[in-house]
Amino acid sequence: MMEELLHSSPGWVNFGIFFLLGVVLLLVVLGFVTYGILAERKVMGYMQLRHGPNQLGGRFGLLQTVADVLKLLLKEDIIPKAADRPLFILAPVIAFAPSFMVLATLPFTDKFQFADIGVGLLYYIAVSGLTVFGMVLGGWASNNKYALLGGMRAAAQMISYEIPLVMSVIGVILLSGSLNLNTIVAQQAHGWFILLQPIGFIVFFIASIAELNRTPFDLPESENELVAGYFVEYAGFRWAFFMLSEYVYVFGMSALITVVFLGGWLPPLAVLGFIPGAVWFALKFCTVVFIYFWIRSTLPRFRADRLMEFGWKVLLPIALANIFLTALLKSLFF
Amino acid sequence: MIRTEEMLLNVGPQHPSTHGVFRLVIKIDGEIITEATPVIGYLHRGTEKLAENLQYTQIIPYTDRMDYLSAMTNNYVICHAVETMMGIQVPDRAEYLRVIAMELGRVASHLVAWGTYILDLGATSPFIYAFRDREMIINMLNELSGARLTFNYMRVGGVKWDAPEGWIDRLRDFIPYMREQLAGYHQLVSGNEIFLDRVKGIGRYTKDEAIQYSLSGPNLRCTGVKWDLRKDEPYSIYNRFKFDVPTSEDGDCLARYNLRLTEIEESLRILEQAVEQFPAEGEILAKVPKIIKAPKGEAFVRIESPRGEIGCYIASDGKKEPYRLKFRRPSFYNLQILPKLLVGENIANLIAILGAIDIVLGEVDG
Repeated sequence: MMEELLHSSPGWVNFGIFFLLGVVLLLVVLGFVTYGILAERKVMGYMQLRHGPNQLGGRFGLLQTVADVLKLLLKEDIIPKAADRPLFILAPVIAFAPSFMVLATLPFTDKFQFADIGVGLLYYIAVSGLTVFGMVLGGWASNNKYALLGGMRAAAQMISYEIPLVMSVIGVILLSGSLNLNTIVAQQAHGWFILLQPIGFIVFFIASIAELNRTPFDLPESENELVAGYFVEYAGFRWAFFMLSEYVYVFGMSALITVVFLGGWLPPLAVLGFIPGAVWFALKFCTVVFIYFWIRSTLPRFRADRLMEFGWKVLLPIALANIFLTALLKSLFF
Repeated sequence: MIRTEEMLLNVGPQHPSTHGVFRLVIKIDGEIITEATPVIGYLHRGTEKLAENLQYTQIIPYTDRMDYLSAMTNNYVICHAVETMMGIQVPDRAEYLRVIAMELGRVASHLVAWGTYILDLGATSPFIYAFRDREMIINMLNELSGARLTFNYMRVGGVKWDAPEGWIDRLRDFIPYMREQLAGYHQLVSGNEIFLDRVKGIGRYTKDEAIQYSLSGPNLRCTGVKWDLRKDEPYSIYNRFKFDVPTSEDGDCLARYNLRLTEIEESLRILEQAVEQFPAEGEILAKVPKIIKAPKGEAFVRIESPRGEIGCYIASDGKKEPYRLKFRRPSFYNLQILPKLLVGENIANLIAILGAIDIVLGEVDG
């Protein structure tokens, strides 16, 4: 269906269909964010001998996040007097927009995908890199010292960890011979890339946590040092936008890991093919998300300078070695 | 042209990692601290001045509010000072109850220190595990004294309440449980690479510096000075127990962290022996006059609190209130070295160093 639409002549009907599908995806993502946050709070709650939300919406707190969002929308929109007003308003939007843009190329199943572009993987990594502008701008425009420090840390960290992130997937690209996410999934029919590229996967996973600003790499917002980092001056829905972009990235990154390393919608064994691809995708996706939550509730935080050293001196060389190894193996055996 | 200048940053008094209302004014160059000035006094209540108008028994609840994480040791130091002046012999059972209460307090206090320290370093879960186990201690002390934090348990000449039925048995069960939990703590945090990276070699000072700055407690012992008043100037009945004074030569945050956990183990050893030796019956309060009047003169006593040496000086002119009362509050003295340690460190290390000193603001500000 997508192919036809993409190649048919432009018109209002096409536009309408695309718009509608976009809204559907938005709702899916917002649904994920709503229940992703709830799941995180529940998982962390149980890991920390608590119950997590359990009042609003039955004993599982199903409406807790909805109530939280409503509260945020009702809050007064505070813009500090000393802040750089236009930038302050723009920053959450800049942070949020790319997080949604990256979802366009992700193939959730073999049919449900918006844009099957040739360089899907590159597109994801390139566009997700834009978010850091929002963070730096937010930190700068707030005219707050803690926010500035947080913004600077965000810039340093995101840029440093994007490099190992890109380098670690080159192994996958070498093996699959394509940047197209559909092709990458199709190539995994006989073995997921997590098995063929274990080093690449580990580097990618670590770098992805840093890209997501989650513990142990949550330095930009490190609550115990910088209070809240770059969004310390934000309140209400502007703050909600920063948080939303963070969780949409969790969604996007987990989906990307599922696609690139875990075989996307493909079943682990061909015998299990009768279960629909969407279910497999959801299962793998949820596992990745759960691991993110698990790590968050276990580990302490890195120190800023050690974080940089780790990125440049450990992850990057390993990723480069992985490329070399993959190329060597490929030219020898494939 | 690029112009750079130092940034003046206020850390606190409302900052999540200053453990209360402590304020630090730091000058930073990038993230490197070039100067740090602590500002204290936000919680000053004038305990020492207030005490001049209070009878000795009335002062005890005020001491609860100084080091509110281990109020039992504070209770003890004031009672001990008055007892020393009056020459009161405390009954055996009361002494055992006091030691048990103080050592439980020490464990609880070190648990908070451990949990909040890891929390400062960014891990959220260990904090809650520590508080779960501390809660058991708090509940036990609650059964003993009727309060969770501000116990007001000890009296001049003994303790206010006897141990309730079955309390000693519950304590006996608690000790192996706590040991098991401690092993879990080590497994979860002590070997974690990220954690070691944050604390190893950070905030280091030497033996001489520690002595010059009058540090005490784990902050002193982490440099290798084997100085524990329970051992070196035994008070109460501490000479009846076998225990070690753990020390370390490193003098860094990791050493202080490890010492606190080892001290929990030693406290459990003392508790174990105290439970075994606990007299089946006996008085819990010595024969003391209704209105306590310390004889004319002065006295200074010091004991080992979880944070270091807590001392109490009383000058009396024979009335029922002290003429002058002064507490040597270990957190206050331990904090003095902070500005020196912070120069040249970054903000993340600031949190690690401050947390490892383990201050209680109620005690710093008096």
